Amino acid sequence: MAQDALSKLLSSRDWLMADGATGTNLFNMGLEAGEPPEFWNTDRPENIRALYKAAVDAGSDIFLTNTFGGNSARLKLHSAQGRVRELNRVGAALGREIADAAGRTVVVAGSVGPTGEIFEPMGNLTHALAVEIFHEQAEGLKEGGADVLWVETMSAFEEYAAAAEAAALAGMPWCGTMSFDTAGRTMMGITSAALAAKVETLAHPPIAFGANCGVGASDLMRTVLGFDAAGASRPIIAKGNAGIPKYHEGHIHYDGTPELMAEYAVLARDAGVRIIGGCCGTMPEHLKAMRAALESRPMGPRPTVDDIREKLGAFSSASDGTGDTSGDPKRERRGRRG
Amino acid sequence: MADDEIILSELSDDELVLQMHDDLYDGLKEEIEEAVNLLIARGWAPYDALTKALVAGMTIVGADFRDGILFVPEVLLAANAMKGGMAILKPLLIATGAPRMGKMVIGTVKGDIHDIGKNLVGMMMEGAGFEVRDLGINNSVEKYLAALEEEKPDILGMSALLTTTMPYMKVVIDTMKEKGMRDDYIVLVGGAPLNEEFSRAIGADAYCRDAAVAVETAKAYVARKHNRPNV
Repeated sequence: MAQDALSKLLSSRDWLMADGATGTNLFNMGLEAGEPPEFWNTDRPENIRALYKAAVDAGSDIFLTNTFGGNSARLKLHSAQGRVRELNRVGAALGREIADAAGRTVVVAGSVGPTGEIFEPMGNLTHALAVEIFHEQAEGLKEGGADVLWVETMSAFEEYAAAAEAAALAGMPWCGTMSFDTAGRTMMGITSAALAAKVETLAHPPIAFGANCGVGASDLMRTVLGFDAAGASRPIIAKGNAGIPKYHEGHIHYDGTPELMAEYAVLARDAGVRIIGGCCGTMPEHLKAMRAALESRPMGPRPTVDDIREKLGAFSSASDGTGDTSGDPKRERRGRRG
Repeated sequence: MADDEIILSELSDDELVLQMHDDLYDGLKEEIEEAVNLLIARGWAPYDALTKALVAGMTIVGADFRDGILFVPEVLLAANAMKGGMAILKPLLIATGAPRMGKMVIGTVKGDIHDIGKNLVGMMMEGAGFEVRDLGINNSVEKYLAALEEEKPDILGMSALLTTTMPYMKVVIDTMKEKGMRDDYIVLVGGAPLNEEFSRAIGADAYCRDAAVAVETAKAYVARKHNRPNV
């Protein structure tokens, strides 16, 4: 089998730059809140082309398709569960068009976000159903010409694993990131070390894995150091938010400047991250600053947690949830019945 | 290990209640159901079984969730065990005219299609003994007001995950003010991009950082409301 476009790029370059925000950019183009962004793939394709092209023009080697919520569980909330295949195919095809016109290799990554459902026994989602949901989306993305699937913002490892299985069914290479937003762990309690270990247990492991979104660039970089400390050998992905949303006199903005995101990109590269991008609040001007810094600034020593705090700001929690017993119940037990 | 086997019916009341706290913590639904039945058989008032055993146990779970010791899966299992006990108590509470924990109407605001956080709050509120009416996503001010009219809850909870949709919370609160009904309800808001300052700016009663804080805040406000002289 011919090597996929992402693996080829990875084998020829030390680092690759991914894209930034999708939602923040689309809202700036007039997406109405409440409107599923995926509808614009068919209703406003010129805007989606502009979104992709802005990332490519800012120097991204990889961009994600506008299909994050394009699974039947999410689209059902808009009575559009019958449009999964179409919206994903079109979202990827628009991406293919932009990537092929770039004049260099640009990877079209088919974005796959969470279902929003909770797995049994707490919730109703079964493994089989999750695989089916992701498989349907994966086939649409493949038809549209996506190079890889890009599973992102996951909280539950069960869901991440279901997406891996769906990628295998669709015969697609994939990448997958989780959102570490709760005291250094994902909402469902997964640590950076746990993810690094668990990806190696998958029958169809990702090309690269890592972290996206979460709480600002500092926390995300701490998570990345956690992958490395756990002995990750697979390429690592970092896609952090441009700071934290702040409310100022009636409007909201992300407090991460292009300079901060450039600093973050260099730290990520020095920490050994192979795929570096942004997430919420990361606009083309942030990406340009990141690309320029990655190309111009010399390789530095691997950053420590203290370097990260000093350059990107304080962390949202004291620990990243890995190691010792920080995540274990501390109560004195009366006894457990067997 | 047989030595560690605990027979619930052999425990004293005090020990049984402490054991229930542990069993809630471990999400053991059947054990909680058995223990609730035991308390009732021993002549406990349903309201005491609810507050001293179940709600007190869930408070411990909530505190460890807030402190990053427990995570969502464990909390949902605990809430599920709590609901098992609650199902037994509910008809008894009504029959004995026990004071309600409180009722909440909750929904994600208009324009916002995110619901995981809101669902967690709903589940944990139910776990804490509150009645919850979930309006789902993308709620207009009209839908909120109709639900308030219909349910007569103590609390209105609004959630938003987007910086573009959070200002809609103010629209809802302003409309409630216009209609002179704002002070009839406790208004709690939450969602990733929110903060305390925003909650004050729009006239909500409180911002709840996560589902555990939402439960604690709801309990505190409902207690205050019940202590208020009737107007």
